[in-house]
Amino acid sequence: MTIVLPVAIVGGIGLIASVILVIAAKVMAMPADELFDKIRGELPGANCGACGYAGCDDYAKAVAHSGAKTNLCVPGGASVTAAVSAAMGVAAESAEAKYAVVHCSGNCYATDAIMDYEGKQSCAACNFFYQGKGSCSHGCLGYGDCIAVCQYGAISIVDGIAVIDKGLCVGCGMCAKACPNHLIEVIPASSTVYVGCSSHDKGAFTRKVCKNGCIGCKKCEKSCEVGAITVTDNLAHIDPEKCINCGTCVENCPTHAIVTCASRCEAANGKAS
Amino acid sequence: MKEFAMIIVGAVLVNNYVLSKFLGICPFLGVSKKLDSAFGMSLAVIFVMTLATAVTWPIQRGILDPNGLRYLQTVVFILVIAALVQLIETAMKKYLPALHQALGIYLPLITTNCAVLGVTILNIDENYTYAQSIVNAIGSGLGFMLAMVLFSGVRSRVEAAGDRIPKAFQGIPITLVAAAIVSVSFMGFSGIVDGLFK
Repeated sequence: MTIVLPVAIVGGIGLIASVILVIAAKVMAMPADELFDKIRGELPGANCGACGYAGCDDYAKAVAHSGAKTNLCVPGGASVTAAVSAAMGVAAESAEAKYAVVHCSGNCYATDAIMDYEGKQSCAACNFFYQGKGSCSHGCLGYGDCIAVCQYGAISIVDGIAVIDKGLCVGCGMCAKACPNHLIEVIPASSTVYVGCSSHDKGAFTRKVCKNGCIGCKKCEKSCEVGAITVTDNLAHIDPEKCINCGTCVENCPTHAIVTCASRCEAANGKAS
Repeated sequence: MKEFAMIIVGAVLVNNYVLSKFLGICPFLGVSKKLDSAFGMSLAVIFVMTLATAVTWPIQRGILDPNGLRYLQTVVFILVIAALVQLIETAMKKYLPALHQALGIYLPLITTNCAVLGVTILNIDENYTYAQSIVNAIGSGLGFMLAMVLFSGVRSRVEAAGDRIPKAFQGIPITLVAAAIVSVSFMGFSGIVDGLFK
């Protein structure tokens, strides 16, 4: 019975406080901001910050009162853009769907570790320790810091590297911020070919430490018909604006450093099923 | 009267909540960039501290102590303070929208501000009477204000130094160093109460 009194006292105080708050909210009610409420209601509420604002509330406020663009919500995509535009009474600009890719192919078949890392099992911690456990200091560490921040379950670790399922990814870019090696980039959904490597090391060194690394041979640059690929500092980069996803570079790459998202997603799905 | 004066001087200078007890550091570092928001925040803290003490002291002495429930102190006090802050925020939104805008995120932060909780709990621990508790709360709030206003002045000078600060110290590090030095200067006040009110 000794528990009854404390519970009653705390509960009673809480009840009195809540009654006072309700009365205060009624008495001092502000005229509701309908526009804000409407827009906020349309947003997904993930608070990912992909729009560049501090969260969904902040973005809704910016749209309603400071004329922010209506198509900035990446996770919401076209449907949210349309709904927000309708609420504001402006024509919807198309929001381009995006997804994240991991610029690393150094899985356990391609590269080795130089140490048995037994510290805190996180990429950030491991990366602080002599630039990570891998023989390639630029590669994916595979402890899943990106998985921890992904709210959509789109990322899995397959054969020691992070793989993102395009079907589940909404392109919010939280993982890109979490990756200590900055391997993850958010690219337009229409672009399906990307470079699976982030190493700026010299070709000979990259070759030595990873079978799948970009060695900067420029074969892709030469073979690309639309000039979408440039090789700078021993690393190929594909411009998604120019790329037509023809796949020529994928075939020509001697180390298979250029990959298609289809092959990666298959790996991710294979792991999931 | 002498007793109240002692409490106020003690709370403002000797046992300054920010600079001697190191409570309420978050708003101290967060809101001290601009003088006017530092001042507004301090006013809010004084107000909340006084009101929180006015409400929690009777609860402690009238409800918790007679029933032998001292252990509920923290929970109940936080509950009451949270409700109070919420109430103040609602009122501020209605009547002082400019201040509400300026304080932004820091007003809800008072809810879990250890300086406010600290004042209410220490008032009980020191066995102050009701009147003494209120005076101590006001004094602690004034001390908070003094620290905030002083430090916003220090900070504006630090900001003005700009790129002359070594890169590794820019931003938070130099702010913390400055805070430490301001805090050290307050150690000079220890013992002043006994000397003043002999």
